[in-house]
Amino acid sequence: MSNDPFIVAGTTLSSRLFVGSARYPSQQVMLDAMAASGPCMVTMSIRRISLEGYAESLVDLLGDRYKILPNTAGCVTSRDAILTAELAREALGTNWIKLELIGDRDLLYPDVEQLVHAADELVRKGFIVLPYCNDDPVSCQKLADVGCAAVMPLGSLIGSGRGIANPGAIELICSRSPVPVVLDAGIGTASDAAQAMELGCDAVMVDTAIAKSHDPVRMAAAMKSAVEAGRLARLAGRIPKRTFAEPSSPQLGLVGT
Amino acid sequence: MTRLKINGVDEEVAAATVAQLLAARGIDPTARFLAVAVNGAVVRRAEWQQSPLSAGDAVEIVRPLQGG
Repeated sequence: MSNDPFIVAGTTLSSRLFVGSARYPSQQVMLDAMAASGPCMVTMSIRRISLEGYAESLVDLLGDRYKILPNTAGCVTSRDAILTAELAREALGTNWIKLELIGDRDLLYPDVEQLVHAADELVRKGFIVLPYCNDDPVSCQKLADVGCAAVMPLGSLIGSGRGIANPGAIELICSRSPVPVVLDAGIGTASDAAQAMELGCDAVMVDTAIAKSHDPVRMAAAMKSAVEAGRLARLAGRIPKRTFAEPSSPQLGLVGT
Repeated sequence: MTRLKINGVDEEVAAATVAQLLAARGIDPTARFLAVAVNGAVVRRAEWQQSPLSAGDAVEIVRPLQGG
């Protein structure tokens, strides 16, 4: 894909697939799945150390192999999200942050008002901000306006596997966004990832759909292929949809006429 | 002894600096990927030896974990 680089904030990333590091059946399966998916970045959360169990060495394991994108998952106030981002920058030595600000704990839906405020503040503090946001062109525009490096609209609810609930909105966002669009949340299977790319997304973020599949390593490979296929199809340009059939074979020289 | 709120829990700890607190809690201060905040502000690693702790301070000690 050297002739089709994926660039965020001036940095060329190695693929168009972001993956999470949560919910895998084991650490080894996670590592094998990541090797199969070839992610450009791997997301991690920032948590109090007392919560650590087997994952104590997870960041040591991943930090040397992958570009880590810390998130502010679970934060419900911009103050907590900003502090989490600052702790992530100190812990990981990166100014990249996947900004999540949750407005409803059952839906894990973004709180746009706080999201825009926190994004604005973090950009001013020198962060490269990638916000998880609504599939709404106006929210995405506001986030781009305050200086976000990309936008990450949801396909559907986090972990729901319901695919892209509003393809028209995602397509609109892609056609108007001044910054890269990364479809985040809701991917259930490979065709959802391909569809996101066909709609014009620049990249896709997947966690649960790989980690909780029956065979995460195989699904990881499927996601990699789907993102590449969807991107190629997008660049190639799909045919227009028609109401009636259009024969593929020549109409002249039919036997019996 | 200093009364602190450490990761959300009130505790009495014999520590007057961030470095002493980490030592008291058995946390290797040279471990990679650690970060500390006191009263909502990050304390850089280079400042752990000097940065004082006072009664009532709220301390957050974090590391990256799995996430989506």
